[in-house]
Amino acid sequence: MLRYIFRRLLMMIPLLIGITLISFIVINLAPGEPTDLQTQMNPDVSAEYQQRLRLQYDLDKPLLVRYGKWLGRLAVLDFGRSFASDHRLVRDKVLERLPVTIMINLLAILVILVVAIPLGIVAAIRRNSFFDKSTTILVFIGFAMPSFWLALLLMDLLGVRYGLLPVSGIKSLGYEYLGPVGRFFDVARHLILPVLISAFGGLAGFSRYMRSNMLEVIGQDFILTARAKGLPEQVVIGKHALRNALLPLITILGLSVPGLIGGSVIFETIFAIPGMGKLFYDGVMMRDYPLIMGVLVMGAVLTLAGNLLADIAYAIADPRIRHSPASR
Amino acid sequence: MTVIWVQQNFIARMLRNRMAVCGGIIVLFMFFLAFVAPFFCQDPGAIDVSRRLSPPSPAHFLGTDDLGRDVLTRIVHGARISLLVGFVAIGIASVIGVTYGALAGYYGGKTDAVMMRLVDIMLCFPTFFLILAVIALLEPSIWNIMIIIGLTGWMGIARMVRAEFLSLRERDFVLAARVVGGSDLRIIFRHILPSALSPVLVAATLGIAGAILTESALSFLGIGVQPPTPSWGNMLIAGKQTLGTAWWLSFFPGCAILVTVLGYNLLGEGVRDALDPRLGD
Repeated sequence: MLRYIFRRLLMMIPLLIGITLISFIVINLAPGEPTDLQTQMNPDVSAEYQQRLRLQYDLDKPLLVRYGKWLGRLAVLDFGRSFASDHRLVRDKVLERLPVTIMINLLAILVILVVAIPLGIVAAIRRNSFFDKSTTILVFIGFAMPSFWLALLLMDLLGVRYGLLPVSGIKSLGYEYLGPVGRFFDVARHLILPVLISAFGGLAGFSRYMRSNMLEVIGQDFILTARAKGLPEQVVIGKHALRNALLPLITILGLSVPGLIGGSVIFETIFAIPGMGKLFYDGVMMRDYPLIMGVLVMGAVLTLAGNLLADIAYAIADPRIRHSPASR
Repeated sequence: MTVIWVQQNFIARMLRNRMAVCGGIIVLFMFFLAFVAPFFCQDPGAIDVSRRLSPPSPAHFLGTDDLGRDVLTRIVHGARISLLVGFVAIGIASVIGVTYGALAGYYGGKTDAVMMRLVDIMLCFPTFFLILAVIALLEPSIWNIMIIIGLTGWMGIARMVRAEFLSLRERDFVLAARVVGGSDLRIIFRHILPSALSPVLVAATLGIAGAILTESALSFLGIGVQPPTPSWGNMLIAGKQTLGTAWWLSFFPGCAILVTVLGYNLLGEGVRDALDPRLGD
């Protein structure tokens, strides 16, 4: 097992280098120089200062040298300083925003699993029933629904018209004066809409996937054996079939990480949530290059970490993977 | 003869699938809107300040916006934008994905290992982050949007085509083509590729739906298709401010996105089932 994890970690190294290379290329695609925004927009800046900035960001050196230097700083987790007026370290800015985004995404995954798994199972065992057909239609509508549109409509309906839920931020104005229980419920109320919206897109995909997994497993011989030896149907479905149908879900969870992180830009912007997505959007709007590069790399690393966790979880859950020659 | 039989069989299976037919009708209708309707509609930029924010009525079926422009007319014109973005973006993604996957799968071995590593790397990026970064650094023109959606969307197709090529290249007809002296390029594109294209068709149809959604999300964030060109995404965001008083401004463009994406998804799934009856439900 340890060897398997070690091997997987080694395989991540070329991926990490590739990620940094692509991030670097993307940023350098832009016309002009990263310091233009600071200098050209500001008439007070002297040519001298401009030159100093160029030196500071090594803009006078060839691309490859700059990449090497940047990579060296990345190795010690130094993403540089933000171009924004606060000039804070990108690392600090990202790290303080990260927990909110991760929390919302974890909650969203939880909602997805709790709803999609039972939905998929029932749709599979009652194949072609009215329930199955209506969930299929709902799934397709869910796939096609623009999440930001749904968010807008729900905000208007629940937040503005009926005033049931708060529509922006994650804390109320009087948050500081609340007791611990009050604080918990305050944050919880603020999170309901964002979590539901970010879960919504994945819900359709996961229930569909669960259904087809279940159908595939039910068709296999060992299910026939279980039925033939007279096991009650609940045990056949709930134990023998379910365990096998759940396994591939782990991989899909790992694969859905980039989509969830990417989606956070949209719902964090809509609901004004101070997370990584909103930070990135603001950074993009201000052309804050160090920040954009930092978040791009961090987003990819998070995805890589998600995939690694999924693979390890799969190996723990499925002895066939653990003991296959390829993994040793 | 067999080809004709297979085609008839394919069409027959498509027509039997009620959901696929629905999807096809929606897609055809959107084509109709995009190509024909603009000739019958008025100018989407026609401003009529006396009719600002009027609710749906017989004169303006879907109401008017804050400049008195007819929402229905703008949605019809927006259909052209959505269609254009969807097709061009997925066209780019398909050409890259098919070529890349074909080369990796055909040559196999080390070439394949290195080429597929790049795919793994690209798949690590949250696509939306990558798109956002590039669009913001260049400028949010419709062409940049199509190109960047295409450049970030080819990996899935490349993986599929590669898998097809890995199995197809072992078949006898490839050996035969090689024996008669066919060059690698000829074998790849003339002999193997036609057999490997059907999964691409499915992925491309579903991809168009994804591209339309991505464009609308970008427009929604204000870095997609720029006003006054009407796109469903930027109409939707324009209506955000007046959602409480003039719901039709955001509601109908959203419906247009929903229905169109639904259409492509249903059609794509239908094509998949018809191509491979074993998967059919």
